Amino acid sequence: MTSIPAPTARATPVVLPVSKAVLWLASTVITALALYYFIGVDQGAISVFGNDMHIHEFVHDARHFLGFPCH
Amino acid sequence: MERKLLLRGVLVGALAGLLAFVFARIFAEPQIQTAIDYETGRDAAKAALDKAAGLPAGLAGPDIFSRAIQANLGAGVGMIFFGVAVGALFVVAYAVCLGRVGNLRPRALALLVAAGGFLAVYLVPFVKYPANPPAIGNPDTVKDRGGLYLLMVLCSVVFLVAAVWLGQRLRERFGNWNASVLAGATFVVAIGIVMAILPSLGHLAGNEQQSGNHTTETPLALTNAGGTIVYPGFPADVLFDFRLYSVAAQLILWATIGLVFAPLADRLLKAQSGMVEPERLRC
Ligand SMILES: [Zn+2]
Repeated sequence: MTSIPAPTARATPVVLPVSKAVLWLASTVITALALYYFIGVDQGAISVFGNDMHIHEFVHDARHFLGFPCH
Repeated sequence: MERKLLLRGVLVGALAGLLAFVFARIFAEPQIQTAIDYETGRDAAKAALDKAAGLPAGLAGPDIFSRAIQANLGAGVGMIFFGVAVGALFVVAYAVCLGRVGNLRPRALALLVAAGGFLAVYLVPFVKYPANPPAIGNPDTVKDRGGLYLLMVLCSVVFLVAAVWLGQRLRERFGNWNASVLAGATFVVAIGIVMAILPSLGHLAGNEQQSGNHTTETPLALTNAGGTIVYPGFPADVLFDFRLYSVAAQLILWATIGLVFAPLADRLLKAQSGMVEPERLRC
């Protein structure tokens, strides 16, 4: 972290007001986590579509390659 | 403002996923195919042994998509959507950090957040539970393995966030350098304790009865009743290459996110801060 060039004299100007942006942040995080879940986990360890294996089989190689546990 | 950042993050994430996929398609797919061929041969050898011993045949996995679709379309779609997902999470982390973690320039911050994502989301969990090609992994333990892997990801992300927060708290007292070193050391110790506590995959309940005291699920040589090897263990070079390429692909993915997002965010933030007051930046 400290190997980055010395900080500038002026502070980074923008502070996102978290209190106001909570809805935006939360919906982005939830959508992204859902995507992460369907690519990496669903129809493997747990499954929201029962025994169906279409998603698992389709993204199968990506799942192995991205480091998720598979078969 | 957030929406503009998010749009850029998602597009950069998709690009990063695409580049990582191109790399994977060229370098990793041959390893995956070798692993699948190994698995097919091993299953056949196992079936022959089971038949000789009078045991019922095991069930084959489903073949919904052809290998060509899995290797090209499926892997591509999977990696691009993975890039979109981590790109969106990256923007959230970036937006929250902006102006809150010291006087970092927007570009330097983008590189740091991307480096943090690479570490916390992928590399640290990989140290405990590395990526495996097909053929490695007992189907009976996939629930445990999935849970343990996600627990590792969760711990490393939470600990990294906590370490950044700790670094900020210590900065006043110890200075930038020492605070960063202390926070980094705390992260290493905390995640090291978690790694020491979590079980090795070979020691999961389903595996110890099957293959004895063996720390991983990597298939050992298959022997017949007389102890003669009838099928070799998983080839070590294939395993190493697969893991090396897996790390390299994630490095490409996160480096692309950091390096491409940095100038985009820089330009956007400069344009915004020149036009409106900081507290009116939301749009
Ligand atoms: Zn698999």
